[in-house]
Amino acid sequence: MSAQAVYVLWLRDMKWFLRAKGRLISTFVMPFLWLAILGMGLGAVIQMPGGGSFIDFLTPGIVGMAILFSATMSGVSVLWDKQFGFMKEILVAPVSRISIMIGKALGGATTSIIQGVMLLFVAALIGARMPGIAGFLIAFLFMIILALGFVSLGLAIASRIGDPVAFPIVINFLIMPLFFLSGAIFPISTAPGWLQTLAYINPVTYGVDGLRGAILGTSQFPLWLDFAVLGLFSLAMILLGAYLFKKMKA
Amino acid sequence: MKPAIETRDLTKEFNGLVAVDHVDLQIEKGELFGLLGPNGAGKTTLIHMLCTILPPTEGTAKVAGFDIHRTPDSVRKAIGIVFQDPSLDGRLTSRENLDFHGRVYGMDKAQREKRIADVLKLVDLEDRAKALVQTYSSGMRRRLEIARGLMHHPKIMFMDEPTLGLDPQTRRSIWDHIQMLNKQEKITILLTTHYMDEADYLCDRVGIIDHGKIISLGKPEKLKDELKGDIVSLEVAQPKKYVEIFQRAKYVKEVTVVKDQLHLTVTGGERTIPKLMEIVTRRGGKVRSVGLRSPTLEDVFIRYTGRGIREEEAGAKEQMRMMVRAHSR
Repeated sequence: MSAQAVYVLWLRDMKWFLRAKGRLISTFVMPFLWLAILGMGLGAVIQMPGGGSFIDFLTPGIVGMAILFSATMSGVSVLWDKQFGFMKEILVAPVSRISIMIGKALGGATTSIIQGVMLLFVAALIGARMPGIAGFLIAFLFMIILALGFVSLGLAIASRIGDPVAFPIVINFLIMPLFFLSGAIFPISTAPGWLQTLAYINPVTYGVDGLRGAILGTSQFPLWLDFAVLGLFSLAMILLGAYLFKKMKA
Repeated sequence: MKPAIETRDLTKEFNGLVAVDHVDLQIEKGELFGLLGPNGAGKTTLIHMLCTILPPTEGTAKVAGFDIHRTPDSVRKAIGIVFQDPSLDGRLTSRENLDFHGRVYGMDKAQREKRIADVLKLVDLEDRAKALVQTYSSGMRRRLEIARGLMHHPKIMFMDEPTLGLDPQTRRSIWDHIQMLNKQEKITILLTTHYMDEADYLCDRVGIIDHGKIISLGKPEKLKDELKGDIVSLEVAQPKKYVEIFQRAKYVKEVTVVKDQLHLTVTGGERTIPKLMEIVTRRGGKVRSVGLRSPTLEDVFIRYTGRGIREEEAGAKEQMRMMVRAHSR
């Protein structure tokens, strides 16, 4: 494995991220609308079961959502690289595929974590409750694991799909249900039984629950369980992504 | 001295279709070698095998002394590649594209900075080094791709159709750069082309490839000399009618029909033309135009394959490629 190659692939993602201001704004606007409009609109009429405001409850869910979507979507860069021929330049270099995959994964994870953190600050501005330093660090850890897992899933899918236009459609089809069934916008504990079952087998549930535990101090599962389930899922996705990326053709 | 490239029985099949057919090829160090052939002849497939992008179905090759099966990473480090299709990152500057390349080839910072300055100078792009590549013309992109291929001091450069889709003036300047690399930087070059004039003008040796096989190999002058004579072309109605008659004439060595023209290989063209025209007139035909020229590589190609190199229409893939190129300008 080549650290130099991992670094330069990451660096390239950072340069794109900083140069594409329009993309940055657009990926940021959607979760912001969810947070501001849903949070304030519904917050006025909703009484949370355990007390506390709806916007406090919603914030970790929307931070998770921002990371979930931007991480998975970052796989599209592989498809544009194929489309514009740059993938050939990457694949003929004397470096292993795994370095390329890890560089790409770290690049996508970094940009989505930046968005998650920025969203957390915006939530603070509109009055959501914020964690202390320790809580913030734990939340940060959950963001990293969540981002790495879903970036890898995005890369795995991208290495199997040739078409950059089809990619977001496939991703939305897959990610939307994961988001809605994760307890990001309503508590799972009060949902009907069948919905609870679906939520329990959804890895995003544990990511959102972990974020909520870190940010608000209250979670449905113990944090170690959230950490274990999400960690195992992400590890599996990284291995899957690495395997499929290795088999990808230029 | 060991050859720069040596292939033995190199073969690639795609679903039963033989793209490269048992090619034995030897290219010496310092040579500027051209693979000449129509689209779909197997040129790109052959290059991709030598660059270790595609595994061969059969046979093997040594590139810069390294086996393509056993030590692909050593092969990759020793070669530079200019692909047929664009392969730059338009959202980075040319300096950043070169820096990316230097890093993935394991060069340290000092090496990279010096080499970037050198290769940019070599292809005359110093003053545009900080502009995003998406603002470049297609000629500048080609030059940058050549510069990038040179970054890690390769011993051998592979160039797949280096002037495809460029205007005549830009082609000239790319040719100058290719020659300079070969003569001044002492880099062995293997290029593919379907332009006769390109192969003739640039290459020390040319291998003519068709249907995956090398059908003729040698210095361009020697290949042309093999035809021994001049080419007279006669434009007549129904040229096929005359083939047999001319084949019987003792001063005509070869007859081929290309569209509505008869190509006759003769000795002493000036003196034979009146005789040839008389034959047509005697049969009640009419010669619309006459041409006399020395043989070109095109004639060599026609002799071996019975057809012109550019007769085939551009396929769907080729059209797509042209669109992508036009788009990325």
